[in-house]
Amino acid sequence: MAKIEVRNLSKIFGRRPKPALEMLKEKKSKDEILKETGLTVGVNRATFDVNEAEVFVIMGLSGSGKSTLVRLLNRLIDPTEGQIQIDGDDLAKMNDEQLREVRRKKMSMVFQKFGLFPFRTILQNVEYGLEVQAISKEERHQKAMEALKLVGLEGYEEQYPDQLSGGMQQRVGLARALANDPTVLLMDEAFSALDPLIRKDMQDELLDLQAKMQKTIIFITHDLDEALRIGDRIMIMKDGAVVQIGTPEDILMHPADDYVSRFVEDVDRSKVYTAEHIMTRPETVNIDKDGTRVALQRMRDADISSVYCVNRSRQLQGIVHAADIAEAVKRDERDIVPYVQKDVPTCSLDTPMHDLFNLTSTSSVPIAVVGEDNKLEGIVIRSKILSALSGKEVNEIE
Amino acid sequence: MSNAWESFYDWFDAILDFMPELPVGDWIEAFVEWLQNAAWLFMAIRGTVAFVTDVFNGFFSLIPPILFILILTAVGYLLVRKTGKFGLPILIFFGLLFIESIGYWDDLILTLSLVLTATLISIIIGIPVGIWMGRNDMVRNIVTPILDFMQTMPAFVYLIPAVAFFSIGIVPGVIASVIFAVPPTVRLTNLGIRQVPAELIEASDAFGSTPGQKLFKVQLPMAKVTIMAGVNQTIMLALSMVVIAAMIGTDGIGRQVYYAVGRNDLAMGFEAGISLVILAIILDRLTQALNPDKRAS
Repeated sequence: MAKIEVRNLSKIFGRRPKPALEMLKEKKSKDEILKETGLTVGVNRATFDVNEAEVFVIMGLSGSGKSTLVRLLNRLIDPTEGQIQIDGDDLAKMNDEQLREVRRKKMSMVFQKFGLFPFRTILQNVEYGLEVQAISKEERHQKAMEALKLVGLEGYEEQYPDQLSGGMQQRVGLARALANDPTVLLMDEAFSALDPLIRKDMQDELLDLQAKMQKTIIFITHDLDEALRIGDRIMIMKDGAVVQIGTPEDILMHPADDYVSRFVEDVDRSKVYTAEHIMTRPETVNIDKDGTRVALQRMRDADISSVYCVNRSRQLQGIVHAADIAEAVKRDERDIVPYVQKDVPTCSLDTPMHDLFNLTSTSSVPIAVVGEDNKLEGIVIRSKILSALSGKEVNEIE
Repeated sequence: MSNAWESFYDWFDAILDFMPELPVGDWIEAFVEWLQNAAWLFMAIRGTVAFVTDVFNGFFSLIPPILFILILTAVGYLLVRKTGKFGLPILIFFGLLFIESIGYWDDLILTLSLVLTATLISIIIGIPVGIWMGRNDMVRNIVTPILDFMQTMPAFVYLIPAVAFFSIGIVPGVIASVIFAVPPTVRLTNLGIRQVPAELIEASDAFGSTPGQKLFKVQLPMAKVTIMAGVNQTIMLALSMVVIAAMIGTDGIGRQVYYAVGRNDLAMGFEAGISLVILAIILDRLTQALNPDKRAS
């Protein structure tokens, strides 16, 4: 079962939302509803699941309802209609007492502008979530210090938020959220207020932390690069409605509609694609079977100047060049093994395309993509990288 | 054209003649009279106010003037020690010495006690009302016009019902001062609570705070500086009112000013007046120094 199941969740801003809810069911647009009823649709019948220990990114432009949606998940905003099941309990039906319990134990939130209390020290800020649970001072202190250590802020306990840089303040925000040891982390544009370089560092750090902690993270962003970097799955929203849910690859390769396509148009594809997406099937010779004549013929047929050699189980052995083989054929030598050069550029299936630039620019031969057991899976040639960058078709991966 | 205007004017004038004179004054008088039914309540209030004032006055009177001056100077010094603005302790020392030397010490102590009593009551009433206003739009919409009314009504007018309920003397003076001085505390408490950034309120809610925890751990600490600015204004207004209250028999420096006006005694008027100015400046600066931004250092 999914960690969080959201069903038909809607939020209408304004008094007497009933007519707008009816119109949503008739699939009327946000603009039409505003014109006819004066009510604003915040979230339009959103339905999705978030799995345990995944980073679920909710993405959309401003006004797409993503910030409203995340606040519905911990009921900072009360939903107009729909269900929010967390571990099987419907949050939307809880009373204040039960809701507080969920907020204290299960869900924490990290805010765009950090939301730190300026009159409290860093330590007191991190302790806040424990303090409201009336946890003893020692335990509070110990847990808060652990959380600060996790985010790398030891030694700053006694400082005040305004003495710290933006990146450090958001680490405090993260530490505060982690101190309660929640299972769900809600991050509302958590890195959007940071400089690009610091933002990237924080994304890396979040992924490192996530590898250790395995929280269920719901991350809101308007930045597709960020979404693709950290998201296990991405949900794209428009006008309060869910447009598409899928893995980063799904979104890039099969945009659900024009809105999503326009979104992914400008994406830096080199960060998303890996060798597997752009490799081609190589011509090979089998050194256990084929001799020099076969090798030479193959190169002539394919119009290439070198060919990769494998053994019977398709393990990469090296490369032979046409010039060497032609010499050998002239001397009537059959065995190609002496001509095999072992030193070849290789990469693995999940090497990002970004890293392949360097490899191809320094190498005169295609790059060998090797999988498990040194098996040759394919080769990467420079022209394929360029065509992938320009948005042409790439390989589908199961 | 002018004919039409004139006929309209006459017609309107006739209507005005027709309007009965609304007996607003009679109604208020009737209302105040009706309130007299709760005489026991006013007796209780009277007793409490008199008691608190007596406690302040009795305590301050126990301290010899020179010791009082030194203590207050030391307090002033401690408050400004870090900022290095030593004008406050110097002002306290020479200012109070001056008042003592011209023989207004007892009046000063009484006036100070009255101001403190009125301020204390104003805070006890004002801060909770301000918090309530800050958290509830309906309460704000009801209370705001009442505060406007209280602040625009000429201060003297409060003396009349004060006398009606509490007869003359110190108590009606304090009560009138409270009515006159409480609005800034209420207003600025409300403002302070409302100015807390929405994200901090969300943070407080998102971590599972109860409404009480939100108030005491987030809203009040965030609003503290603003609330203290309101209390400072309340003290100043209370001081100005306990002087006016001399007209209904409230003792203190105000009484001296009132006498001086009655006798056209310039010397006495200025002595008492200057004493009040000194007290006002000391109270103002002391409360401001009490309210620094804690993180400034």
